[in-house]
Amino acid sequence: MDTQREVLDLLCENARVETADIARQLGVAEEEVAAAVDALEADGSVRGYQAVVDWEAVGEERVRAFVECNVTLDRETGYDDIAGRLVKFDEVRTLRLVSGDYDFALTVEGESMSAVSRFVSEQVAPVPEVTQTVTHFIMESYKEAGIEFGDGHDDDRLSVTP
Amino acid sequence: MSEDEPITVSERVRSVPPSGIRRFFELAEEMDDVVSLGVGEPDFTAPWRARQAAIESLERGQTSYTANRGKRELREAIAADCEARYGLDYDPDDEVLVTAGASEAIDLAFRALVDPGDTVAVAQPSYVSYVPGVVFADGEVLSVPTRAEDEFVLTPEALSSVGAEGADLLVMCYPNNPTGATMDREQLAEVAAFAREHDLVVLSDEIYSELTYEGEHTSIATLPGMRERTVVFNGFSKAYAMTGLRLGYALGPASAIGAMNRVHQYTMLSAPTTAQHAALTAIEECGDEVVEMRRQYDRRRQFVLARFEEMGIDCFEATGAFYVFPECPWDDTDAFAEALLDAESVAMVPGDAFGAGGEDHLRVSYATGFDDLRTAMDRIERFVE
Repeated sequence: MDTQREVLDLLCENARVETADIARQLGVAEEEVAAAVDALEADGSVRGYQAVVDWEAVGEERVRAFVECNVTLDRETGYDDIAGRLVKFDEVRTLRLVSGDYDFALTVEGESMSAVSRFVSEQVAPVPEVTQTVTHFIMESYKEAGIEFGDGHDDDRLSVTP
Repeated sequence: MSEDEPITVSERVRSVPPSGIRRFFELAEEMDDVVSLGVGEPDFTAPWRARQAAIESLERGQTSYTANRGKRELREAIAADCEARYGLDYDPDDEVLVTAGASEAIDLAFRALVDPGDTVAVAQPSYVSYVPGVVFADGEVLSVPTRAEDEFVLTPEALSSVGAEGADLLVMCYPNNPTGATMDREQLAEVAAFAREHDLVVLSDEIYSELTYEGEHTSIATLPGMRERTVVFNGFSKAYAMTGLRLGYALGPASAIGAMNRVHQYTMLSAPTTAQHAALTAIEECGDEVVEMRRQYDRRRQFVLARFEEMGIDCFEATGAFYVFPECPWDDTDAFAEALLDAESVAMVPGDAFGAGGEDHLRVSYATGFDDLRTAMDRIERFVE
């Protein structure tokens, strides 16, 4: 694996890891790591860095819904055109075109269930190409971005063993 | 024998002191917030599919003994896997024995192959069980220290220096616990030549074979003339992070494996059935997890080596297992390890706990999550300054 790819791997595990620590783990110079990160950002491979937050633990209510969205296309309007409109809304946290029974899968976030419902009915459903939406409110999050939200597994090893 | 103490412990057992590691374990256990670099087992958990296979076997009610030698299917899978990975060709019928951890296999070999008074050369520093195992089998231990300047590789010179020409068996472990040293084909060839010339049987503990970071692992049994005089030990503990499931195996000529099985069938009967189910799934389906764990260990290894270098602590480039073996910055390793534990709550094990050659060194295990590892290295740095 080349350095850039390995750097990407380590950033995916923990984006806050220090450049010097990446360099030590890969056995390369710090400058090489910094250059790799710059390149990844410059060419759009790395689009951003965010914390994975358990909002329940923070004591804040974040209402999120998973929205299935069906659309009809015509000669002038393709998926990208519709997506181009939907991504503009701050409430839309993720937007993906998917295979299967519906076309777009959205994650919508708002302050309350009514705020999310209102957003879907007033901003998504009225888009002319949208034929149907189905909203699933997220009731509990068990795993986000590969990180389990449970109490986890304590290290039950003895502190010193042969 | 006094009247109020009717039980007399055998001389054999009394002659074996408790493990040197034990004292540090007790010291570390008394403290809170210890970051331990003293752990000789993976920090990963066994792959979920392997655990699931164990659970499902219990749900199906598979709680009986298996064949003494282990489930036939598992022996076949082990033989096929060892052939594919290391070119070791063994017949699952009579050259493979599934045991309760590689440790049991090693004990069986001593009991099956050592006669009272036989000399067993033990390459050191080494895992702490070999010497007591030989003593329990009434053998004589010949300690063969390897040297820091040889990067703890076993050499014919090291063997000759203690008169290992006259030994009956040789125990070696590469990749090595506690040093992290590995041996390549050329280096093994020299030891193999010595063993052939002086008619030594080789017991090769290769439990860390999957954790080899530079180049491929070579088994000494694949060298010319060695298959017939070598018993290889391996298992699932390290590669698949399955230490607590206690599953290992031995590979060797039918005569040796048959003799070991004779002891095994009267003492263990068969390795834990649940663990055998987990192992079969591990070997068949969990190769990707092993690759990923190895990648993680390798990054930590390079991180730890880099940090020691920056601190000016001398540490040879360990290329296997999950240990590095730096030179102790103080003359008294025990005092250093205790002071470090006391001042910074970082536990590591003095090298002399692993026998001759380990003096003046410390075993540092990097089988610890990266964040803890970094914390530990920061604290060590602060301590040595």
